Amino acid sequence: MHVSGIDILILGLYGVMVLGIGFALRGRMQDSAEFLLAGRSIPAWTAGLAFLSANLGAQEMIGMAASGAKYGIATSHFYWVGAIPAMVFVGVFMMPFYYGSRARSVPEYLKLRFDEKTRAFNALTFAVMTVFSSGISMYAMGALLALLLGWNIHACIIVSAVIVLCYIALGGLTSAIYNEVLQFFLIVFGFAPIVYLGLREIGGWDGLRARVPPAYMHSWTGMGSAATNPLGVEWFGMLMGLGFVLSFGYWCTDFLVVQRAMAADSMNAARRTPLIAAFPKMFFPFLVIVPGIIALGLTMNGVPILPQSGSGYDYNMALPMMMARYYPAGLLGLGLTALLASFMSGMAGNVTAFNTVWTYDLYQSYIRPGQTDGHYLRVGRLTTVAGTAISVGAAYMAMRFNNIMDMLQLVFSFVNAPLFATFLLGMFWRRTTGHGAFWGLVSGTGAAALHYELTATAGGGSLLGKLAVLRVYPSDMAQNFWGAIWAWTACFVVTIGVSLLTAPKPDADLQGLVVGSTPPVSDRALAWYLRPAVLGVFVLLCTAVLNVIFW
Amino acid sequence: MGLDLRLPIGLLFLSYGVILTGYGALKPLDVLGINVNLIWGVVLAAFGAGMLLLARRSRRTR
Repeated sequence: MHVSGIDILILGLYGVMVLGIGFALRGRMQDSAEFLLAGRSIPAWTAGLAFLSANLGAQEMIGMAASGAKYGIATSHFYWVGAIPAMVFVGVFMMPFYYGSRARSVPEYLKLRFDEKTRAFNALTFAVMTVFSSGISMYAMGALLALLLGWNIHACIIVSAVIVLCYIALGGLTSAIYNEVLQFFLIVFGFAPIVYLGLREIGGWDGLRARVPPAYMHSWTGMGSAATNPLGVEWFGMLMGLGFVLSFGYWCTDFLVVQRAMAADSMNAARRTPLIAAFPKMFFPFLVIVPGIIALGLTMNGVPILPQSGSGYDYNMALPMMMARYYPAGLLGLGLTALLASFMSGMAGNVTAFNTVWTYDLYQSYIRPGQTDGHYLRVGRLTTVAGTAISVGAAYMAMRFNNIMDMLQLVFSFVNAPLFATFLLGMFWRRTTGHGAFWGLVSGTGAAALHYELTATAGGGSLLGKLAVLRVYPSDMAQNFWGAIWAWTACFVVTIGVSLLTAPKPDADLQGLVVGSTPPVSDRALAWYLRPAVLGVFVLLCTAVLNVIFW
Repeated sequence: MGLDLRLPIGLLFLSYGVILTGYGALKPLDVLGINVNLIWGVVLAAFGAGMLLLARRSRRTR
């Protein structure tokens, strides 16, 4: 791929704008709440687009196009079965407790609702996971740019880390959120021409259908059995594992995304945040998955887009190769800017979430409590530097020791799998106790690890030795989904069991934290089309229609 | 709100639009028979201008 002067100009303008936003916000950062919580002053549409973008890191963009080429339209399950229902749920049902409790972070909500040890478990694992994921994606992006453009990988990593560091240190969470919104528009305008030009070359939707195997053009038709669809998982494992456990676990409890809604300027804005995000999210499969399918269709018909890799294709090159094929100098600059923007703001999202959890949940709670707010503001700023530095360190670790990183990601998936059971019981069952929540999380994590140790996948390798193989799954995805189902169930059952055996929290301590101890949020003052329930039902109906169209 | 977000979005996309339109007009690089830089530049410029307009309107009413 050849980069010319005009592409560099477009990239450079983006860098200037990003830093300019940081400088413009600098004066506002007077206290720690401004810096770490955006002063709870973000309007709903801004928070909504940031909520969506926080998840659209470069790895997500590249990965979704790769999955499109590998699995076809069925990849849309990650959006139309996974993300959307969970986003509606968190907005309509969970946000009243997150926002209403005035908790400053998700771990802090756990402290208010349960106890110190549950918070510590969640805060520690989240903090470690966040900086490591940020490092892993930094490495992935640096490696991609080095491969595509011949740029120096060290320069890519360091320059982007410094830019991210500057705009967060200057403008805090507000700066990160503003840049995420900017990134949203860059992704839409930067990738849309690929879809148009790709469809034009392949002969429109009908041309695409004629050029890939039929299983790639249906999302549900082959889901009856793992053998008849490209994903290698049957409908129940997909629906429960992906649609329920993993998606609700991510969209409803991950502080990275929930933080965007907590920064909204009012309860109703916070509740609308995930719903506003759900509208564009519904249509993202057309932007990120369809280019992958087109790449496959062209490759299978004599236009080699996807490079060979062993007996198959290197699917991760789908999006970059499509860009290389259709984008001349000029438009290429815009496409690369969109990629880099999603890379940098993905990292910024991790760093800002890490800042808040470190400063409030770990430093203020366990290391130096009772200091002035100015002290915590300084700590927040320093944490930005430290968080970025650790991310860069993790990127280099990923470069040197790929296996350790794969292992870490596996362990993270064990920790994440049971989370939603804890929040579900915590918010909707008053009898849940702190001991119940903590031991539920521990056993859920243990169950996920044990499941991994006792199962294998057909033809797949394994990162750890196996204790025994009780079941062989048709694909990694099936193993992952079923592991999540087991983890969730273990956490759910143990939390209920231990809760019934331990003393409940007095009702007075549960105000604003649990259903039944919290007055329902009224949205009567809002116009009907702004009410969360109305928006939620509308989003779900649209998603159902999309599922049927691409059945 | 210290900074209306529509301002930087508008500025960035308007400048991208102007750059791409100008470049496409001076040096047509056709892809599948379309001068993509020119057409997409006009779209970006229109979007950017729209954002700036919205930002200006809300500043006036305040």
